[in-house]
Amino acid sequence: MSAEKMKGSKILLESLKKEGVTDIFGYPGGKVLHIYDDIYQSDIKHYLVRHEQAAAHAADGYARSTGRVGVCLATSGPGATNLVTGIATANMDSIPMVALTGQVSTADIGTDSFQEADIVGITMPVTKHNFLVKDVKDLAMTIKKAFHIARTGRPGPVLVDLPVDVTVNKAVFNYPDSVDMPSYKPTTKGSDRQIQNAIKMIREAKKPVVLAGGGVIGSNASDELREFIALTKMPVSSTLLGLGAYPYNDYFSLQMPGMHGTAFANYAIQEADLLISIGMRFDDRITGKLDTFAPNAKVIHIDIDPAEIGKCIASILPIVGDAKEVLKEMNAYLKKEPMEAKEPWLKTIEKLKLDYPLFYKKDTNVISPQYVLEVINELTKGEAFYTTEVGTHQMWAAQYLDHKLPRHFVSSGGLGTMGFGFPAAMGVQVANPGATVINIAGDGSFQMNIQELSTVSYYNIPVKNIILNNQWLGMVRQWQELFFQERYSATDLEGMQPDFVKVAEAYDVLGLRATKPEEVKDVLSRALKHNGPVVVDIRVAREENVFPMVPAGGAIDKMIGERGIN
Amino acid sequence: MRHVLSVVVENKPGVLARIASLFSRRGFNIDSLAVGATEKPEFSRITLVVTGEDLVIEQITKQLYKLIDTYKVTDLTAVKHIEREMLLVKVSINPNTRSEAIEIVDIFRGKIIDVAEKNMTVEITGDYDKNEGFLSLLKKFGIIEIVRTGTVAIQRGTGN
Ligand SMILES: Cc1ncc(C[n+]2csc(CCOP(=O)(O)OP(=O)(O)O)c2C)c(N)n1
Repeated sequence: MSAEKMKGSKILLESLKKEGVTDIFGYPGGKVLHIYDDIYQSDIKHYLVRHEQAAAHAADGYARSTGRVGVCLATSGPGATNLVTGIATANMDSIPMVALTGQVSTADIGTDSFQEADIVGITMPVTKHNFLVKDVKDLAMTIKKAFHIARTGRPGPVLVDLPVDVTVNKAVFNYPDSVDMPSYKPTTKGSDRQIQNAIKMIREAKKPVVLAGGGVIGSNASDELREFIALTKMPVSSTLLGLGAYPYNDYFSLQMPGMHGTAFANYAIQEADLLISIGMRFDDRITGKLDTFAPNAKVIHIDIDPAEIGKCIASILPIVGDAKEVLKEMNAYLKKEPMEAKEPWLKTIEKLKLDYPLFYKKDTNVISPQYVLEVINELTKGEAFYTTEVGTHQMWAAQYLDHKLPRHFVSSGGLGTMGFGFPAAMGVQVANPGATVINIAGDGSFQMNIQELSTVSYYNIPVKNIILNNQWLGMVRQWQELFFQERYSATDLEGMQPDFVKVAEAYDVLGLRATKPEEVKDVLSRALKHNGPVVVDIRVAREENVFPMVPAGGAIDKMIGERGIN
Repeated sequence: MRHVLSVVVENKPGVLARIASLFSRRGFNIDSLAVGATEKPEFSRITLVVTGEDLVIEQITKQLYKLIDTYKVTDLTAVKHIEREMLLVKVSINPNTRSEAIEIVDIFRGKIIDVAEKNMTVEITGDYDKNEGFLSLLKKFGIIEIVRTGTVAIQRGTGN
């Protein structure tokens, strides 16, 4: 008795179900018609975006806020190339995602056939791995591998290219329950000897600083980190992608380091004699000029990716492993033999925090963008999900939001993709239906995926877009002011803006506006209470800069604009 | 320093493109590259010659490992190994230089595989130093064309 054969498109959908996929974001086209035909009949929920880039960012936001693999789907050629920015964004931030693309038939590949693009070639440098499926018999196993690769080890996006004939042809559907990949075996357990050495170094250190990165979030190690800090009583700074791993306003928190980090975090790092970096990769936005970074510190570098060790900075003690597993083991040792707080160092940190707090000039006539974020904290108690676009508003969101919870701050760090925040917020909201999801946007960035108003309107995805509207490409303007003698080339958007309230209304989305400080709270409350998507146009101080700032390529303790210096 | 890396990869389409893409993206230089089948049909071996400081070589090795299709990377420079590369060299000759050129070819145990009126083509196999030495001696005759296979290398003894 031979098993019944199933069409490739159906095998795909069944495989996705086996992987626990319940939602996908996508856009149809000729080469994925068969897949869409099966989506029509499937109980997997498909969200039709209005631009494929948004599908990728939505899948990304879905993944960041849950830890599950986000899935997006596009047709061949232009559909696939439109995904590329979203895939690259996920790749830079190690986000588990599976991108499915249609492709011309295997017979036509290589002939410049209509809507053919070599998406496997194009995305090779921006994916963790990618596949071209050439035979329907390989389809189920390829999907299995794609999800396995996306979510294990250092997570990342995996693209699966699906020629149309593969979706039409039939094979016996047999979903494998394991993968056999002799060349892919990530290490998750840290070396016990190294872990014991690390603890010894931590005990001996006088001025340790912990740096927590996106890897702590990615491996769901936030609880373990909190316990680790409680056991060691060390100050901890979270990178942009690590925000929420540790409570932002806690006594031990140094908040964010780096280019727009807090002065006290940067000073503490420069004074430290030991850095314990966990799931962070010493990005140049954190280190500034490398050979001036943390000049007195030895480095314990914990990372799942061996290639990160020694890439930017020499570590005395590398531990390759999953952040959660390594922290668990460290905590077990620390519980057996408790550690004294390093009081003099903590006193130094206390003083640094007192002397160099984040700081902005309050104004009663003009809305300060930082004030808007403080009101958002007040209204949400730091418990909403926050996404951001890219620019000054993003940095203020990082600095001023009360990051309490892991996976609640969703921002494009490595690639810095304008247009990310709004579609990412859609993904976050789809994954977390009852939650409050706020996109902190700039007026420039918001226009990069503004068409998604149509998507949120249609599905009533109630994300709150809060535009800190300075009518500039603010971050670029800031650099032009500081480093290009105020030659504002191509950054002034005054008089070139659409009326965001009217735009929202055109899509049947609630549009609100605040132009004076006293209106902010009321307008934001209305936005949050509204049972549906909202666009809030907040007219903020036009030329407010993000401070402190480490000029690119400088040492991180040579900040400009810190308190007492601006 | 010059390193010879022996990289065992899954024998799949696109693997070479992944390695080339990795090197170009990360700004690593390849001095030579040779690909071929191995004793196991599911794997291919790529022998890479790269030059760089130890830290760079370490990064190259780790980045190669990071590719999903990479099974094993061995830096043969660190162990006892044998290297070979084959060269085909076309050199100018005339009645006055011919015998000296042939003598050099003999000393290096090269083989003359083609002779024309004004040039001859030599095949030679050897390690990097031998081949470079050979080429430098031929230079004065005028080298018309060089074709090299790229280095292949194997660990001495039983390996492992
Ligand atoms: C897709 C993309 N294009 C260009 C840039 C460069 N860039 C970084 S910030 C910025 C300005 C952002 O302006 P806006 O969204 O209004 O935010 P603001 O800085 O004013 O808060 C630009 C153009 C980018 N990060 N992403």
